[in-house]
Amino acid sequence: MKIVVLLKMVPDVVEELEVAADGKSLDAEFLRMILSERDSHALEEGLLLKERHGGTLMVVAPEAPEVDDALYTALAKGADRAVKIPLSTPHSSRASAAQLGKGLPAVPDLLPADLILTGCQAIDDLDGMTAPLLAHDWKLPYLGLVTSISVNADGKTACVTKEYSGGTHGEFEVPLPAVLGVQAAEQPPRYVPVSKVRAAMKTGMIETVELQESGAVPSVEILAMAKPEDAEHAEMLEGSPEQLADKISEILTAHGVV
Amino acid sequence: MGIARLDPELTCEITLENLFERREGQRVLTCLQCGTCAATCPYGEQMDYPARRIISMMRAGLLDEVYASDSLLACVACYACKAKCPRKIDLTGVLLPLIKEQVLLRRRDLPAELQKALETTLRYGNPMGETSRKREAWIKDAGVPVRTFHSDPRPADVLWFVECYDSYYPRGQKIAQATARVFHALGIDFAILGNEEKCAGECGRLSWETGLSNTLMEYNMAILGKYQFNRIVTSGPHAYDAFKYRYPVIGFRYPLEHTLTLLAQHLDRLKPLLIKKLDYTVTYHDSCCLSRHNSFYEEPRALLNAIPGVRLVEMTHNRINTLCCGGGGGGMWLDTYYKAKGYERLSERRIKEALATGANVLAIACDYEFSRFEDALKVVGGDKQMVVRDITELLDESMER
Ligand code: SF4
Ligand code: SF4
Repeated sequence: MKIVVLLKMVPDVVEELEVAADGKSLDAEFLRMILSERDSHALEEGLLLKERHGGTLMVVAPEAPEVDDALYTALAKGADRAVKIPLSTPHSSRASAAQLGKGLPAVPDLLPADLILTGCQAIDDLDGMTAPLLAHDWKLPYLGLVTSISVNADGKTACVTKEYSGGTHGEFEVPLPAVLGVQAAEQPPRYVPVSKVRAAMKTGMIETVELQESGAVPSVEILAMAKPEDAEHAEMLEGSPEQLADKISEILTAHGVV
Repeated sequence: MGIARLDPELTCEITLENLFERREGQRVLTCLQCGTCAATCPYGEQMDYPARRIISMMRAGLLDEVYASDSLLACVACYACKAKCPRKIDLTGVLLPLIKEQVLLRRRDLPAELQKALETTLRYGNPMGETSRKREAWIKDAGVPVRTFHSDPRPADVLWFVECYDSYYPRGQKIAQATARVFHALGIDFAILGNEEKCAGECGRLSWETGLSNTLMEYNMAILGKYQFNRIVTSGPHAYDAFKYRYPVIGFRYPLEHTLTLLAQHLDRLKPLLIKKLDYTVTYHDSCCLSRHNSFYEEPRALLNAIPGVRLVEMTHNRINTLCCGGGGGGMWLDTYYKAKGYERLSERRIKEALATGANVLAIACDYEFSRFEDALKVVGGDKQMVVRDITELLDESMER
């Protein structure tokens, strides 16, 4: 089977994010980009499917700082092909989904694929629009918040588990090809030794493919960006254990908890 | 950090393929199968394949079975087997890391905590996954000036390599600050790399990841190459090992000291500064790297004995017979795994021995140990009797007026 996994880089929140002087973008000075965590789960799920059913797995990612490391890591983990796409709006999920939706079918030997996987969300795309937009563009079925995928023996349908709140989950049968937004792979993303990544780098196997200009791209304009304001601080109680117990009991009573 | 594209020729060193062409490898051939290595290993009973059996499997061409086992996850790289082997085979330094590397290449999964530590060390240069922008944050509360090379690149006598735990852990930062004050009091001309520093890389190699080690070494070499200094001094015994045994392999060699060996050289000038009497009974934990691996047995003790009021008592296992804290070889990030397997935590085994001496201070000299022993003290209920102090902290305390 043929699996395509769409990856993207997002701002790394370990590095403190600062708002740039324009008040509507991130300050680039200390910004570092890291593979979106859900996408690394999509990749893991793809690798598991490839191991189970054979076939090929391709990873595709918009050009971004440090994306090469992510793509070489994917190759080292078992991807067969890595494609990097320079986009005019690389940091806007909605716009890049639109561009990818229009442009990816023209990339040689990429689509159609049996399964197109990507993370169901990203920290800069919490409403998770990438996968449904692509499914819409390509007129394919879509399911999001997926936690496991098993391809049926006929190779034409897959049984997909999707999570709901409160611990419920639903099982769906989807005809293939389909676009799936992965919430979590069946197992944590695997470790790949750095020496394997370095071996992948030596092959220099990342292709860069320019997409055809597709005209105006629908996008959401960011009007302002600000750090969250400090909410109320926690109140520290002091005193002897007895006094503390009294204070806690007062607070609980005042809030109607007891 | 980006992944270094190292020329493999640069890292030319001992591999499993060329092992027997090297002197170290030829020693492996002389193994007597005496089993001393397994008997001395703190987790020997937990291993299906302790060093002796690994060598016999190797001779029989059955290493694949070793690669498929979990045995070496229990190797905390304590150098006990190496120290006791009658044939002087460098098990901990050479053979076991080579086997571990092969295991890693074949394993699908790693214990989650270890995987996370390796991934964050690659990306951020420290196993706790903190931004490198905070690495030098401890400086501001040191109470003395601490120069970073990146802000003032003038040559210095000493490049002090602080390492991760003393840079980031609040408890470790206190040790870094004490060390800075002691250096300052002695008039040592030192500077640090600060935010430019990343893990020296030894923990990477001993915990299986040669590629990670090489990437870190390549990075640090490039940064160190920008500045002028006469010697490297590090507070981390693992970093000491990295600079002593690993960096020279890739062509980087500087005079090297551990903080304590440097201070021991200054003992005559240090003594008059130690004025405050510390009424402590102290027992000293020999760290595996510093003691058993590099034979610095007396320097730490000389420093402790120089502190007025300190009474030094020894644990049953000391010097070459020291018991590992369990933090080496990736053990730092395997506590959850060991617990799930039902293994005794080595730091707890050790802390019980320390408590049995009746001491009220456990003196340490390794940046892995304060967190391990402070946790262990709480677990065994010894935190009322004993506190854990780095030797530099005790020196600093004795200098205060
Ligand atoms: S202690 Fe040395 S000689 Fe004895 S079995 Fe172990 S490796 Fe062989
Ligand atoms: S280095 Fe220590 S833990 Fe590892 S095998 Fe040798 S004795 Fe055991």
